[in-house]
Amino acid sequence: MFWNEKAECMSKEKKEKIQLERLQKTVKLAYENVEFYKKRFDEIGLKPEDIKTLKDIEKIPFTTKSDLREAYPLGLLAVPREEIVEVHASSGTTGKPTVTAYTQNDLDIWGECIARGLKMAGAKKEYIIQNAYGYGLFTGGFGIHHGGNKMGAITIPISAGNTQRQLDTMVDFQSEILTCTPSYAAYLGESREKAGIPLEDINLKIGIHGAEMWTNELRNRIETSLGIKTHNIYGLTEVMGPGVAQECEQQNGMHIQDDHFYPEIIDSETGETLDYGENGELVLTSLTKTGMPILRFRTKDLTSLIGEKCECERTTVRMTRITGRSDDMLKIKGVMVFPSQIEKALLKVHGVTPNYLIHVTRPDILDEVEVKVEASKELFSDEMKEMEKVEKQIQASIKSETGLRVDVTICEPESLPRSEGKAVRVIDERDFE
Amino acid sequence: MTVKQISIFVENKEGRIKKAIDTLAKENINIRALSIADTTKYGILRLIVSDNEKAIEALENDGFIVKENEVILLSVPDEPNGLNSTLAVFDETGINLEYLYAFVSSKTDEAIVVMRLENMEKAIDALNENNIKILDTKDIKEL
Repeated sequence: MFWNEKAECMSKEKKEKIQLERLQKTVKLAYENVEFYKKRFDEIGLKPEDIKTLKDIEKIPFTTKSDLREAYPLGLLAVPREEIVEVHASSGTTGKPTVTAYTQNDLDIWGECIARGLKMAGAKKEYIIQNAYGYGLFTGGFGIHHGGNKMGAITIPISAGNTQRQLDTMVDFQSEILTCTPSYAAYLGESREKAGIPLEDINLKIGIHGAEMWTNELRNRIETSLGIKTHNIYGLTEVMGPGVAQECEQQNGMHIQDDHFYPEIIDSETGETLDYGENGELVLTSLTKTGMPILRFRTKDLTSLIGEKCECERTTVRMTRITGRSDDMLKIKGVMVFPSQIEKALLKVHGVTPNYLIHVTRPDILDEVEVKVEASKELFSDEMKEMEKVEKQIQASIKSETGLRVDVTICEPESLPRSEGKAVRVIDERDFE
Repeated sequence: MTVKQISIFVENKEGRIKKAIDTLAKENINIRALSIADTTKYGILRLIVSDNEKAIEALENDGFIVKENEVILLSVPDEPNGLNSTLAVFDETGINLEYLYAFVSSKTDEAIVVMRLENMEKAIDALNENNIKILDTKDIKEL
């Protein structure tokens, strides 16, 4: 099922022609209207006319999150302010928030991308979307909402949280689609089991989950506990929000809406462009947005691109599951570790819940890692030696996944920070000053 | 002939044991025996209570992880060497003890020992062969 078959199944030649036309238009728009881009181009003597081929995109300097932060709040507009109809912002946990502004045209594109994703996942117009992404400055809630409206499905703006109401809504409305973060989906699945609601009483078929990294192991848990097929969705506030890319029913890489966003993979150390199939940092350029066009934005997300046509017939470039962020990679005792590796290791041990916290400290000169895991009925025993056995299993699993020896602490259920938005997975208290 | 004990997972955090005991008190559940096995991070609270079903429900509702399992209860003379002769039985048959705790009742002159052994069946056989009386649920109600 396609929302826009023409755009999603275009030939390579046609796609590249459209991408180049749109890139040239975007570059011109940015250069002529945004002081920041004009300055960046002028510094290296680059003119919009120098972009003659798609490959020429590599001449354009990167844009980073700190560039956006400096332009806070509306310093990067390419249109007069009165043309902006909506703004969103990413959380300001590491400084000032970064703001994205949308014209009506931009919102239409956003809705279009989400609608493509919904169809890709097998949605029908008559389905009900239970949208448990947070509504607010965060792009999750509104993004899905715009797409649901575009497709013409009922979208329940239930937002994140209030688990009891989520479960009641699943039962009472018989919603077919659940959209939320993967950790919240897992929590809802867990809660359904705990509340003793049989799978037959709910009607969920499709899950669309993103905004944080997740593993196949977590996917399996969500799919079993809610009886759904899940689809990984990707996007980021700085570029638009969710819907830049999403998995189809093949669950084999996320289709990037590459007639709207041009993807590149770079080596995050050297900035050099890498080939398809190579793992590196994703860089995105908007091709159609007019409110706040963005050129070569460094996402910090690590992935690789797949150029081959998908079994679903779509020709859009796919990106593989995000394996980490070039900036949330932990370097512990000199070893590179991603939280996703720890999650994978934990879920391999029977009875371990997907709720964990990685606590890194450096009491003296050596790094120490404590992984906190919530206890469950399955892993608890009245015998100390059995408990120690579980700790050792977890330790061994993490060791084989990351090469690191960590300290494992089993804690009480629901004692770790629960995620209704993004999960806190890492607390790094090392002082590098 | 065994008695069911309940075990509760408690994090080594201020007030957690009290919280578990509070939960039981609110339900009017009597604790007959109690022991704690602890590490620096958590403890396992093991209890013999008056009503397991009610206790488990109340504790789980309060977010605790609870397990029920079988233990052997014996009465041994409350005097020197009292426990020793019982343990000798397991020693001779090579059955390992997992854990043990004891309490005294005001209603008898004997001490009550709660035991969990590696091989519960073999342990019961060995006790029977040596004519050592194993207490059942009814017996402990009368203590």
